[in-house]
Amino acid sequence: MSAPIIKIDAISKSFGTFKVLDGLSMQVMPREKLALIGPSGSGKTTILRILMTLERIDSGHIQIDGEQLYHMERNGQLLPADERHLARMRQKIGMVFQLFNLFPHKSVIDNVTLAPILTKGMPRAAAEKRAMELLDMVGMADKAKAMPAQLSGGQKQRVAIARALALQPRIMLFDEVTSALDPELVEEVLNVLWRLCSETDMTMLLVTHEMGFAHDFADRVLFFDRGKIVEEGKPDEIFRNPKQERTQAFLKKIIAAGHRV
Amino acid sequence: MGRRGQDYNRKTLENSNFMTQWSGYFGLILQGALVTIELTLMGSVLALIMAFLAGLGRLSRFFAIRALATAYIEFFRGTSIFVQLFWAYFVLPFVGISLTPLQAGVLALGLNVGAYGAEVVRGAIQSIGREQYEACIAVNLGRWQAMRHVILPQALLVMLPTFGNNAIELLKATAVVSLISLTDLTFQAQVVRSQTGNTLVPFTTILVIYFALALIISWGVRSLERRMARGLDGVRV
Repeated sequence: MSAPIIKIDAISKSFGTFKVLDGLSMQVMPREKLALIGPSGSGKTTILRILMTLERIDSGHIQIDGEQLYHMERNGQLLPADERHLARMRQKIGMVFQLFNLFPHKSVIDNVTLAPILTKGMPRAAAEKRAMELLDMVGMADKAKAMPAQLSGGQKQRVAIARALALQPRIMLFDEVTSALDPELVEEVLNVLWRLCSETDMTMLLVTHEMGFAHDFADRVLFFDRGKIVEEGKPDEIFRNPKQERTQAFLKKIIAAGHRV
Repeated sequence: MGRRGQDYNRKTLENSNFMTQWSGYFGLILQGALVTIELTLMGSVLALIMAFLAGLGRLSRFFAIRALATAYIEFFRGTSIFVQLFWAYFVLPFVGISLTPLQAGVLALGLNVGAYGAEVVRGAIQSIGREQYEACIAVNLGRWQAMRHVILPQALLVMLPTFGNNAIELLKATAVVSLISLTDLTFQAQVVRSQTGNTLVPFTTILVIYFALALIISWGVRSLERRMARGLDGVRV
């Protein structure tokens, strides 16, 4: 058994007086595919945002790949991380957002090549070659020269996935990546996720309301409520035979809302 | 020569006098226009530099830089351009800095309009949504890389229309330099008026010229805006 790639140790996070995460601990193994489910406000998106360093934690520790994320070890002491440390840690992590967050003033291919050129010093030609491979994989190679405004939501999201992949992160975070899409566009994005899941050895954390996909995709499902993990287990256990009352109630509501399980 | 011939001669003479006289005066006014254009261009360049320095300074992480930028903006917005110009031209020599009228004019105009521009820069940068900053963090761009490649290019489009206004304000404010004997449009019009006693012609002429210059600026800014907006949203511009 190898060491966990993500180790979250008793982290807490409040927005004002609202405690989003309350002493949460969890571990993720390398290559593991994790689905995070739960009602909105349960803290699942906040975990992804904290791992991407978009939110700071109030207390606790996080280790990525054996290294502290928000702390630096100096002479055996733990100090708050500086920008340089964070930048180094971010190399291991990529994120795809609910609303795509593409750079609207850059073409599809420039969206993908910008960061590799700037942060990894990749020559433009090499970056573009790699970008075309990635765009090809997400089925967007023919739109390389298009501007984001010319794309549909599903196409934007596939470009956003290629942009995140271009930095070759070891951990990918997907934050409700299909929630903003029209129903008929959901599948093209899920297909890409499915390919990533089966063809790469990235560790993937997926926050989603697509229970059917979560079931097929995940090695392990975590059910969140009020900043805590209420129940976790294999997809079959969680979806077919949830033990906790709150999990049962949540899944019932989701099914009533028309989501496939 | 008969009486009719004499009359004819006197009329032609007067006519040609009128022509040479006024074409000379128009030449003067055109020279003034060149000075005004020169002032506007150089003042705008300085204003642009100051606007970005102070606008970015207002958003700095460091208190000292923020304070400095704020002090500059408040001071130059809060005092009269006349006084600033007189100060640059008449007071600075006492501390050993003697400026030509042109230098003093560019300095005062650039610093004054730059202070307004700084608030435009700051506002435009802050108008770019948080999700763009977050996307930058997610692809691991540094603060300056994010600013340079993602935030500023989008903010620039937001700034442009107001920058156009500022440039026109600057153009019109150049008239104050006539008070430190710089021979701009307004100064030359005064000269023509005092030499001919005619008020209507010189002042109407420069009114039209100022207006034409302002039109050129707004047309230039608008076409720049269109060019930069190409491919974005499709709804803008």
